Amino acid sequence: MMRKTIVVTGLGATTPLGGDVASTWAGMLAGRSGVSAIEADWAAALPVRIAGQAAVEPDAVLQRVEARRLDRSAQFAVVAAMQAWQDAGFGLREENVVDRARLGVAIATGIGGLQTLLGQWDIQKEKGVRRVSPLVIPMLMTNAPAANVGIRLGAEAGVHTPVSACASSNESLALATDMIRLDRADVVVAGGTEAVIHPLPMNAFAQMQAVSRRNDEPERASRPWDVDRDGFVLGEGAAIFVLETLEHAKARGARIYGELAGAGMTADAHDMVQPNPTGVTQARAMTRALAESELTPADIVHVNAHATSTPQGDVTEAEAIRMALGDHTAVIVTGTKSMTGHLLGGAGALESMATLLALRHRTVPPTINLDNPEPQLGIDIATKVRSLPDGDLAGINNSFGFGGHNVAVAFTNRYGSGAD
Amino acid sequence: MATTEEIRADLAEIVNEVAGVPADDVQLDKSFADDLDVDSLSMVEIIYAAEEKFSVSIPDEEAKNLKTVGDAVAYIERAAS
Repeated sequence: MMRKTIVVTGLGATTPLGGDVASTWAGMLAGRSGVSAIEADWAAALPVRIAGQAAVEPDAVLQRVEARRLDRSAQFAVVAAMQAWQDAGFGLREENVVDRARLGVAIATGIGGLQTLLGQWDIQKEKGVRRVSPLVIPMLMTNAPAANVGIRLGAEAGVHTPVSACASSNESLALATDMIRLDRADVVVAGGTEAVIHPLPMNAFAQMQAVSRRNDEPERASRPWDVDRDGFVLGEGAAIFVLETLEHAKARGARIYGELAGAGMTADAHDMVQPNPTGVTQARAMTRALAESELTPADIVHVNAHATSTPQGDVTEAEAIRMALGDHTAVIVTGTKSMTGHLLGGAGALESMATLLALRHRTVPPTINLDNPEPQLGIDIATKVRSLPDGDLAGINNSFGFGGHNVAVAFTNRYGSGAD
Repeated sequence: MATTEEIRADLAEIVNEVAGVPADDVQLDKSFADDLDVDSLSMVEIIYAAEEKFSVSIPDEEAKNLKTVGDAVAYIERAAS
């Protein structure tokens, strides 16, 4: 069987930089930070009081009754998925002409409906057992964002929720690729979401020394590869793709952003929270993505790195990039978490989106706050907007998760058409 | 003591908040399920919210029998008296 070509025909996002793809991408090109101080009273007692908070509240976009039946993680997913769906030119409900039996969903979250879980536990303790919402279980389930999107779109070819911490949504893009190439679906709505800006996880990440404590300079806190980095900054939001076969997209005359060429997945089998310091398993994820994509290291001009701004992770990834792609200097690397913070289960999809848009527009967004790079990284990091060459371009997005999950996704600008 | 109309109006607000049904449609002769399209989980939420609003207890076995808005208003009137 011929390997199917998969193209991206719709994008949707709601992020700390903006309530849609256009504002998020413009924020990245402007080098703007979406990280700010948390003003809510609950933050005052915490060691970390900064986060990449969503620029647009989801209940400002959703219908009131719809919003109250969804955990915040599902709210973000529904908002971004509906944007992506309409961006792809598909109608809603009776105007939806996609064959439901050939439409799938793969939407990840790293943690799930945590705000519902903890909020309702507070209610049960404080107000009694009769005050707990009957919707708690369907709201907090990890698969709720995917299921809510699947129900709204009528997706009957399978609705899935890969969970691999911060690699989750790249894993959902990889799963979507498999669904299409194994002929289980023609169209898959895929991506990820996260909404855990809440006192418990905020504190728990601080307790494990994983997050930046630069409370007095929120916009300077996420600083991948900088010598003064001191951990990641939590972010929230969602990013969703509409993927379909090239054949299906062409038959309906769809605008095409570019190609999702393939994915590579490995596991460290090493430690729950520290990467394998040799970078070998991260590098192998990139190498596998290239093989699946029928690309070579020389084809890659751009990497959007996982680059969370943690002391060990950023250095290991630089080593892995050199190992997988060689020492050639034609690869421009960037770390957009410097601007968005770390969306955990939404991170892979958001940064995959940035990778694809960088190839499409031949423009790499900067890594901000990189004042003093770690010595001898041996990779070319964009600290301002950089241009990519003419012709066919390919790039990689990396996502790595607690548990040792490594997922690299490769994109190209091939088949690109139309305007954004 | 609240009048029947006051209870209906307060209940209508709850139904609107939970299920999005226009408050004016929540009249005594209307069936929650058949006329107002309130699903079973929303009905549970409405019962819990009504217990809190009217300071009454509506046991689950009683709640099953509250088919219409009028049934619910009458139950609340009896339970609150």
